[in-house]
Amino acid sequence: MGDLIGKSVKRVEDYRLLKGEGKYTDDFNMANQTFAVYVRSPHAHAKLVNVDISAAKAMDGVVNVFTGKDIKDAGIVGSICGWQVDFKNGDTMKEPGHPILAVDKVRHVGDAVALVIAEDKGTARDAAGAVEVTYEVLDAIVDPKAAAQDGAPQIHDDVPNNTIFDWELGNKDETDKAFKNAHHITELSYHNQKLIPNAIEPRAALGHYDISDDKYTLYTTSQNPHLARLIIAAFVLSIPEHKLRVVAPDVGGGFGSKIFTYNDECGVLWASKQIGRPVKWTADRTEAFFTDCHGRDHVTDAKLALDADGNITGLRTKTYASLGAYLSNFSTCVPTYLHGTLMQGAYITPAVHVDVTAVVTNTVPVDALRGAGRPEATYCIERLIETAAREIGMDPAEFRLKNFIPPFDGVKQPGYQTQVALQYDSGNYEGTLKKVLKNAKYEKLKKERDAARADGKLMGIGFSTYVEACGLAPSALVGSLGCRIGLYDAASIRVHPTGKVTIFAGAHSHGQGHDTTFAQIVADEFGIGMDDVNVVHGDTDSVPFGYGTYGSRSISVCGNAIMKSVDKVKEKGARIAAHKLECSPEDLEFENGSWTVKGTEKSVGFGDVSLTAYVPHDYPENEEPGLDFTSFYDPANFVFPFGAHICVVEVDKDTGEVKVVKYFTVDDAGNVINPMIVEGQIHGGLAHGIGQALYEGAVYDDSGQLLNGSMLEYCIPRADNMPLFETDSTVTPCPHNPLGVKGIAEAGTIGSTPAVVNAVIDALSDYGVKDLQMPLAPQRVWAAMQQAK
Amino acid sequence: MIPVSFDYKRANSVSDAISLLQQHGENAKILAGGHSLVPTMKLRLATPETLIDIGGIMELKYIEDKGDYLAIGSGTTHCMVESSDLIQQKAPGLSQAAAQIGDVQVRNRGTIGGVLAHSDPQADYPGVVLALDATIVAQGSGGERTIAASDYFTGLWETALTEGEILTEIRIPTDSANANSCYLKFPQPASRYPYVGCAVAMSASGGSCSDVRVGLSGVGEFAFRDSGVEDSIRGQTLNESSIASASAKAAQGRSVLSDVFVSEEYRRAMAQVYTKRALTQLS
Repeated sequence: MGDLIGKSVKRVEDYRLLKGEGKYTDDFNMANQTFAVYVRSPHAHAKLVNVDISAAKAMDGVVNVFTGKDIKDAGIVGSICGWQVDFKNGDTMKEPGHPILAVDKVRHVGDAVALVIAEDKGTARDAAGAVEVTYEVLDAIVDPKAAAQDGAPQIHDDVPNNTIFDWELGNKDETDKAFKNAHHITELSYHNQKLIPNAIEPRAALGHYDISDDKYTLYTTSQNPHLARLIIAAFVLSIPEHKLRVVAPDVGGGFGSKIFTYNDECGVLWASKQIGRPVKWTADRTEAFFTDCHGRDHVTDAKLALDADGNITGLRTKTYASLGAYLSNFSTCVPTYLHGTLMQGAYITPAVHVDVTAVVTNTVPVDALRGAGRPEATYCIERLIETAAREIGMDPAEFRLKNFIPPFDGVKQPGYQTQVALQYDSGNYEGTLKKVLKNAKYEKLKKERDAARADGKLMGIGFSTYVEACGLAPSALVGSLGCRIGLYDAASIRVHPTGKVTIFAGAHSHGQGHDTTFAQIVADEFGIGMDDVNVVHGDTDSVPFGYGTYGSRSISVCGNAIMKSVDKVKEKGARIAAHKLECSPEDLEFENGSWTVKGTEKSVGFGDVSLTAYVPHDYPENEEPGLDFTSFYDPANFVFPFGAHICVVEVDKDTGEVKVVKYFTVDDAGNVINPMIVEGQIHGGLAHGIGQALYEGAVYDDSGQLLNGSMLEYCIPRADNMPLFETDSTVTPCPHNPLGVKGIAEAGTIGSTPAVVNAVIDALSDYGVKDLQMPLAPQRVWAAMQQAK
Repeated sequence: MIPVSFDYKRANSVSDAISLLQQHGENAKILAGGHSLVPTMKLRLATPETLIDIGGIMELKYIEDKGDYLAIGSGTTHCMVESSDLIQQKAPGLSQAAAQIGDVQVRNRGTIGGVLAHSDPQADYPGVVLALDATIVAQGSGGERTIAASDYFTGLWETALTEGEILTEIRIPTDSANANSCYLKFPQPASRYPYVGCAVAMSASGGSCSDVRVGLSGVGEFAFRDSGVEDSIRGQTLNESSIASASAKAAQGRSVLSDVFVSEEYRRAMAQVYTKRALTQLS
């Protein structure tokens, strides 16, 4: 190996992206292109009585207007759900249809009812306003728990009690017993609020059906173009898969919201064939608020049982999870297999039981958002842990150290089998906590806090020690749990005749820095320069079938597919080198870009071998020309990063404002390819998680109107809300993948939200405040203090 | 985010703008910095047929010392107000308000006249010009007139400007109270408009308050002078207890904005907190 892996190489993509030279979906244009605007429902729940398109269609510059009936008549049913989670009693989960354009009913504000296509954007927008829709407004339901009760408004005819499934995991009897024998029980009830993703680039699609070769092309804002192609071709529009090319060019962030194949893109592609011209649609910010899949929205009752010595003996939760009005692609796995399976946390809790009821509500569909299920699980555990420690009068750090799973590296010690299905690969939870305690100078910090309080100021310290599961995922395992797709990844390495290299990656970069990280791995392994390697991703016509980027999987899944191809190149290269050096491949060692006969100075370089592979004049017998390999890597297990966070806050006594004044992290993501990129991901993740704790949250009224559907009211965190993060790490390699890597893109989000809330509760401890609902907006904190007075 | 189509006229002078306004009547809107109007148009909440752009009129961009008062052209940007030495010396509260509006991009384009003409209840300046006892100068086809700030704000998005008039100048008295003024803001976390913006101008001698003016932005349907607070502290020795009892009167007897995010109770409480902080700062 060379000296690039583990080095903070500057991001090679930034020169282009920071100068505004990225090429995003909306930057692409085609000859004879038209523009689409969706007409969307202003009501959360209403019967669609009539959609009158005559005036819109008659306007100058309008090409065509489609309604739900047109699409239904074409036999198209709309998007699908990719993960089946059945009822406890074995009944199949409910799977209500999600038409591209509403046919009989609208079920959330923003539900599409017509598609207007015009010669220019302005005309399309004007014509959308001229579509006359008659609604008969129905009662709406937005609260997840209330939605499941008898008598709640029925959203889909085929989903009684709005219940998609109920589900449980863990050992109910053992857990009941633990609570029955408990010395102390800690209880919390909370709403893990609905979050709106707000990627900086809104979703967009440019669809084109080319009659000359009977092929479709779709440029779109996707985190996983191959999956988008599979869903659109095989399930939504019935296009032969080889006749559809999906291109996800530069994508301006996703946070999960661009994993999913939305109906909007399908509608654009379908319409392009109907009108025989390319169709472009770009969401505006309002549409992003009302149609990008939201995250979280769990209403939970949670309990923790302790014995007399402060040992945790059981954990039990009951959650009502809203999936929104329709089932988005992976909505069903988020509150179940990405949430319930994480309820062990970092603790040796011997009995765990998780119960989840998933419901539909008259709100924007809910699916994976940065962390996806794991932030909800971590919030639950870490709030319980800290509350329990406070209740029994034990220091929260000490309480954690007492209950942690002991260190295991997954090699000398086996992986840790949890009570909730997963087997952790490797972990050293006390290692990260002890290090962060030292970095934060915890004892001194406590004195500062106590001194501040004595001085009339409210300062608080909060912890979070998370374990997360990412690197999705072993295909057969997830398949046995109801997943309808594979979750391996793929990568090709094409060594060119001149020794330059192109990586074709199945993962998709939309901010993660793959152009740098992937190139670092390959340049390091081949002993060549960063400039000698480039990365291609996002085009189904050129990259092998990988499953894209989400769940902190790019390095641990696609990165290891790259490693497999690297090994294949090296093996074949060694055979070619051996031929040139007149020895056997076993006599060679590869280092610093050359194959050398062991113990001699005889060597041949990577470039020479590459050229020989493509100009095979003096060449091994029976060896194929070329140096180009594709590999698929299906992980043996999830990877399990972990870490310890300490958050320090100050609360303004007069206003209730919370200021995060210090934030310490020690994260462990296994081996690290680029520490700078990892740190950047931690910073972004922390901002996202702190955002949920303090600022973010969709607010609906009882009629299903989203009251903060714009940047004026919905607060996403900004740089000046953040303290200087003090990050550090430990390294516990992943034992089951070649690179020994885990994942880091979601860890900051997963770990930080409870740390912030724990810190605020600590700051308010003199007021006897035990719990607060997120976001901890100033008014809420102020009201809690007033109440206590 | 595409507005309904509209005509665009660029005015080259104030008189040009006035005649364009006369010509296009009630369906025309004046465009200054555009940071309130354009987003509203993009959301199709405003659909003017004609925009008359006064943003390029250089004669409206100035800050001048006229002896008794500072004259600020209505086209003066927030950035110019924020960074003016003259304003920092003679009316620091105005400079502080300008510095807290939006972000750098907004401050580089947005204008003081635009904000005051729009009279958004959530804007920063209105409370400040009240506290500074400013005079608003308007020009119309009938010539120029002056309006006291205390008569200027008449309702939610409503002012004393009449149809066909353009706000041309803001006059800030150069009195001792204005030289000792401040603006403190409790921002809504998302928009950063004030939940409460409190401007105070105070002259004090020998530790007691000889004159004081208090203007509150963001609290009611439009900005207002808070005479309850003023009367309570005027003539008093400035100390913790006099300030506490004066600020407890903030927004008393006023109708106060409330919504799902901020209750009336909380807004009233914050008006008191910020009034107290502002009075304390100037004492």
